[in-house]
Amino acid sequence: MNVIPFVRTRPRGRVNVPTVTLSHGGGGKAMKDLIDDVFVGAFDNPALAPLEDQARFDLAALTARGDRLAFTTDSFVVDPLFFPGGDIGKLAVCGTVNDLAVGGAVPLYLSCAVIIEEGMPLTTLRQIVQSMAAAAAEAGVAIATGDTKVVEKGACDKLFITTTGVGVIAPERDLGAHKARPGDAVLVNGLLGDHGAAILGARGDLALEAAIESDCAPLNGLIETLLAAAPGTRFLRDATRGGVATVLNEIADASQVAIEIDEAATPIRQEVKAFCEILGLDPLYLANEGKVVAITPPEEAEAALAAMKAHPLGGGAAMVGAVAEGQAGRVTMQTVFGGKRIVDMLVGEQLPRIC
Amino acid sequence: MKYVDEFRDREKAKVLVAEIETLVSEMDVSEDRPLHIMEICGGHTHSIFRYGIEGMLPKEIELVHGPGCPVCVLPMGRVDDCISIAERPDVIFTTFGDAMRVPGSKKSLMQAKGDGADVRMVYSPMDALQLARQHPDKEVVFFGLGFETTMPSTALTILQAEREGIANFSVFCNHITIVPTIKAILDSPDLRIDGFLGPGHVSMVIGMEPYEFIARAYKKPMVISGFEPLDVLQSLWMVLKQIKQGRAEIENQYARIVPEAGNASALSAVARVYELREHFEWRGLGSIDQSGVRLRDAYARFDAERKFAVPGVKIADPASCQCGEVLKGLIKPWQCKVFGTECTPEVPLGALMVSPEGACAAYYQYGGVKQHSVPKRGAA
Repeated sequence: MNVIPFVRTRPRGRVNVPTVTLSHGGGGKAMKDLIDDVFVGAFDNPALAPLEDQARFDLAALTARGDRLAFTTDSFVVDPLFFPGGDIGKLAVCGTVNDLAVGGAVPLYLSCAVIIEEGMPLTTLRQIVQSMAAAAAEAGVAIATGDTKVVEKGACDKLFITTTGVGVIAPERDLGAHKARPGDAVLVNGLLGDHGAAILGARGDLALEAAIESDCAPLNGLIETLLAAAPGTRFLRDATRGGVATVLNEIADASQVAIEIDEAATPIRQEVKAFCEILGLDPLYLANEGKVVAITPPEEAEAALAAMKAHPLGGGAAMVGAVAEGQAGRVTMQTVFGGKRIVDMLVGEQLPRIC
Repeated sequence: MKYVDEFRDREKAKVLVAEIETLVSEMDVSEDRPLHIMEICGGHTHSIFRYGIEGMLPKEIELVHGPGCPVCVLPMGRVDDCISIAERPDVIFTTFGDAMRVPGSKKSLMQAKGDGADVRMVYSPMDALQLARQHPDKEVVFFGLGFETTMPSTALTILQAEREGIANFSVFCNHITIVPTIKAILDSPDLRIDGFLGPGHVSMVIGMEPYEFIARAYKKPMVISGFEPLDVLQSLWMVLKQIKQGRAEIENQYARIVPEAGNASALSAVARVYELREHFEWRGLGSIDQSGVRLRDAYARFDAERKFAVPGVKIADPASCQCGEVLKGLIKPWQCKVFGTECTPEVPLGALMVSPEGACAAYYQYGGVKQHSVPKRGAA
């Protein structure tokens, strides 16, 4: 236990109205009731319990687990708040956990800051917060501190969440985007593009019905398994916005190497392929929320692949390509058709094509 | 994916490429004096780059990427008009996704949206009509854009709005027609095109007859082509075969979709709703006679151009832009003076850098395999 102990004295408040109003952000009793009722109950953990303005951690306990602190933050704005396979709450926990884990860190604590648009039903908010709590439990992290703001109608879109996370990196780990070398293998832990397609589908404005679920998941367990099997792993990154194509370009650029991928080896669900066909989108650029790109030395590639495949979140893992000599910073793809093309970064977001 | 993967078969592609190589080896061409084949349609350009087809072909074949990208050829003045409508407080402006980024003289629809205009992406004009039903207090304007492929769906939507008596729906009509533009390219004195891949989905609507003059008067072969990579390879093979045998005919590789006479009900909706404009401005190509359509007087109340006063100012293409020469096959995209420097997909100067279907944007994004020095972003 690396948390300063504390004895609780104040009774826990309750909210008895159906929606969040500006009074819940006013700093008075209504706000305390909202925090107590919705957040503290769900996140219940020793670091949060004192309800001080800050969570306090015992440094000795942290340094026993590693020699560097990993620290990251991310804001989550998603429309709709609920989508097949997840919701903004799960996303907000998994996203930050994954940003820590891809650095080789063991994620430990998160903060949770929410901006709520007035009028949000309490039941909706509770559901999202429960989902955050469940994701945190799955990832083995504690939500140790937080903040709540309520803004006027129209000042935000229903709910924005910012999570900040800290984790500890063990001394032997040193992952970096600049470390890829020609010959290294490029691996992913499963089907690509599910999250992006699920969100576009869930928005409903494209009138496309597809049974695609977001892949939103905490990857720290899978990454621990992977790094144990392939300790020489050069670099990991979760392929969120911009998809796998963007991550590969970042690696090629940082390491000044070329990367070649094979379209035939790239795991993409039939439904996602069909979805992209209809809209004229490229699945390589679709967002993922539970997929990691791993660069491993060639001699550890098989072990890394086997380790991922043995994990529940890595069943569809695949070796999609390799780091190569060639024009530095360039990512190319051998197409299923036998041709070769460049896979560059996107200029903006992908837009459906006209015809 | 069923019915799609069959048209992306690597082994069949190898056979076709070998056939193409054999044909080319029997012809009097060389890398210095290659055959120039133009794919007219942006959808083909997209497939060619998406599947890396250009790099699979013998060096004696040069693909020229034609003007068939409706988003690319939209002139800046029309985008300005569009934004002036979109920025009216009473308007919900609806558009296909890829038109959002087309630059006007001051901004794009994307920027107008950022500035507060109610701009919404739709996938069909029927979605726009649905918005009009849902928002009777607003004027819902649909950005009618595209060749004969999308023209009928806009026409049918207008007819539906008329039937339902919906008064708050209108179309800002920028539909264009490809045939006069092919003629303009063929009439250009420095023409270097030996054959054409004809547009697939335009032809599904208009049929094969409108292209006959290309074979008869200009003695150039054309093969109407599907959009899957095997379609494109087979169509190229068919064009080469015609050239080798000294034939110039309009052939149909895409017979599974394109009927010889086109689609009668689509054509009748088009004829009922639109009439030809005397001329229409194309970005990169200038004004081309009878290349655009507008709504007939009978549908004036659905015509956003008449409903709202638009500036209608003609904005000249930037002088440094060489889109016209690229479109005619005189230079390759990367040979343009401003390619990758002043003109990039982030800040496109010319038409062909605007949409992913534009030749320059496609080269910038996907790279030409035959060409080795496409500048990476940030490099000169």
